[in-house]
Amino acid sequence: MSTETGTTETGTVAGSDSSRIHNIGYRSYDGARLGRAYARRSLYSQSLRGSFGLGRSAKSKVLPMLLCGVMCLVALILVAVAIATPGMTKLPIKYTDFAIYLQAVIGLFIASQAPQSVSRDLRFRSVPLYFSRPIERVDYVLAKFAAMASALLILTGLPLVILYAGSLLAKFDFADQTTGFGQGMVSVALLSVLFAGLGLVVAALTPRRGFGVAAVIAVLTITYGAVSTVQAIAWQTDSADAVTWLGLFSPITLIDGVQTAFLGASSAFPGGEGPGAAAGVVYLIVVLALVAGSYAVLMRRYRRVGL
Amino acid sequence: MIATESLSKRFPRVTALDRLSLDIGPGVTGLVGSNGAGKSTLIKILLGLSPATEGRAAVLGLDVATEGAAIRERVGYMPEHDCLPPDVSATEFVVHMARMSGLPPTAARERTADTLRHVGLYEERYRPIGGYSTGMKQRVKLAQALVHDPKLVLLDEPTNGLDPVGRDEMLGLIRRVHTDFGISVLVTSHLLGELERTCDHVVVIDGGALLRSSSTSDFTKTTTTLAVEVTDSDAHPDGTDALRRVLTGAGTRLVGHDGLDAEGLPGAGHILLVEATGEETYDLVRDSVAELGLGLIRMEQRRHRIAEVFRAAEAPQAATAAKAGVGQEKGSGRDEH
Repeated sequence: MSTETGTTETGTVAGSDSSRIHNIGYRSYDGARLGRAYARRSLYSQSLRGSFGLGRSAKSKVLPMLLCGVMCLVALILVAVAIATPGMTKLPIKYTDFAIYLQAVIGLFIASQAPQSVSRDLRFRSVPLYFSRPIERVDYVLAKFAAMASALLILTGLPLVILYAGSLLAKFDFADQTTGFGQGMVSVALLSVLFAGLGLVVAALTPRRGFGVAAVIAVLTITYGAVSTVQAIAWQTDSADAVTWLGLFSPITLIDGVQTAFLGASSAFPGGEGPGAAAGVVYLIVVLALVAGSYAVLMRRYRRVGL
Repeated sequence: MIATESLSKRFPRVTALDRLSLDIGPGVTGLVGSNGAGKSTLIKILLGLSPATEGRAAVLGLDVATEGAAIRERVGYMPEHDCLPPDVSATEFVVHMARMSGLPPTAARERTADTLRHVGLYEERYRPIGGYSTGMKQRVKLAQALVHDPKLVLLDEPTNGLDPVGRDEMLGLIRRVHTDFGISVLVTSHLLGELERTCDHVVVIDGGALLRSSSTSDFTKTTTTLAVEVTDSDAHPDGTDALRRVLTGAGTRLVGHDGLDAEGLPGAGHILLVEATGEETYDLVRDSVAELGLGLIRMEQRRHRIAEVFRAAEAPQAATAAKAGVGQEKGSGRDEH
């Protein structure tokens, strides 16, 4: 490549080489074809990895990793405080409180990753490529839903694991901590599924990624802002019943209500009084209905996309 | 490969397919029709993604209504529109698509490397797709349809948006998909000219109904036409006319309106279309031109274009006799003699 003749020679050699490479012959594939269930699993793992930017560009790893780091860092600080402060018998906060306190971080994560997961395929019209393969609509929706919920569970569950490990290191009461940890995990699992469903629905309805991000944030924060404001007003005017029922209208207060009623959490509602068992059942039904509704909307959405 | 039997697809307002019966064998088959002729609807039904209103269809011997998943495992599909995310590399994308087709991870990687090389993507396959040219994107789209080594690929308008060179390369590649890879191809286009070079068989549909179905050789290889262009000289102010008289005097048939190329292109009136019966026609033209003392600008073979057939087929009387074969489109040329 250094001299002119050299270049010409390599040029021609490379030319004939590449045509020879072309003619190396086509090898047909006789190996295994693992079918629909395998394809669904592959889509699940690809989407889950994608939620943390794995298998994507370096730039797209920044935000999800940063958010995950913040969650874990807060947990580590809490553990450090618990261990360093003499005379403490339990963690500074309950396991069930953690996700409520850090709801903004969780909101940012779902807002940035749900559009990444579904809007991309819609926007760049890759969806027909999936449906021209063995998987069907239900596989696609289930894989995306499960991947998003799993990503959120990792984001919210990992700090709880850190808190639990820390509490064991600090030699807090084992039975107490294990119960609390279990309740916390059930609560964040419910939260993950609910948020994943809502996030994906909003993202799937807005093919442009920017709108998707904004819309998810809006759904999560505006509803929470509105609900907590009206709750505060209701509390001022001594209508405690209204406070309880108003909690049904935003995702995070729904989770708050369910875990207060069934998972031994202390409510973040004004006055600290969450729903009782009866109202709690209503909360749980609403959560499950929202999850089922999200699934139904996604299925409908992809029926219309097709090829 | 593909067999349909009075296949119909009706939407509330439109009939997309109207009792279409086809039998497509191995090889490269062109599916021609104008926009809205029902090509995409047919592909959807063949992939088992959209139920037919009535009639039956089978792909690779599998029924589209009941064995859609099995069909989609053995068939590749390349959509007409853009379908590639810009932020991943061709390799990553095609590997993912291979796994979606059921290939185990290792096989998916190997097949991806092979397939991308076969469609002509080398170093650039590691770069994000967003930076690719249209031609390269089309190759990636083709690669994802071939990566699982299907028995049949359905290519929807693969030359859309390509420049003439890119078009030729893509058509050559499609030809190789069959000759070198042994994969049968169904390729749609609304451009007839492209298909005659690529396809073994051409199916023309219009308004969801079959217009005609025959092999490309039937369409184009019946006779050879020579296009001859000569200069004028002082002795013969109209060289073309002088040559025409000499040639018809020697008993040579001329094609087209009075032997002139009636395509309406600039200069077309000076091109003489001669029906070549063999070597001796070439010699006759050469000798006649030399005797007249004219300059021979060009003498080239010209095949009949499918377009001529299509134009003839569009005429009402031809449409009724659609399957009768070729022959009628040369009639106009013979009328003159």
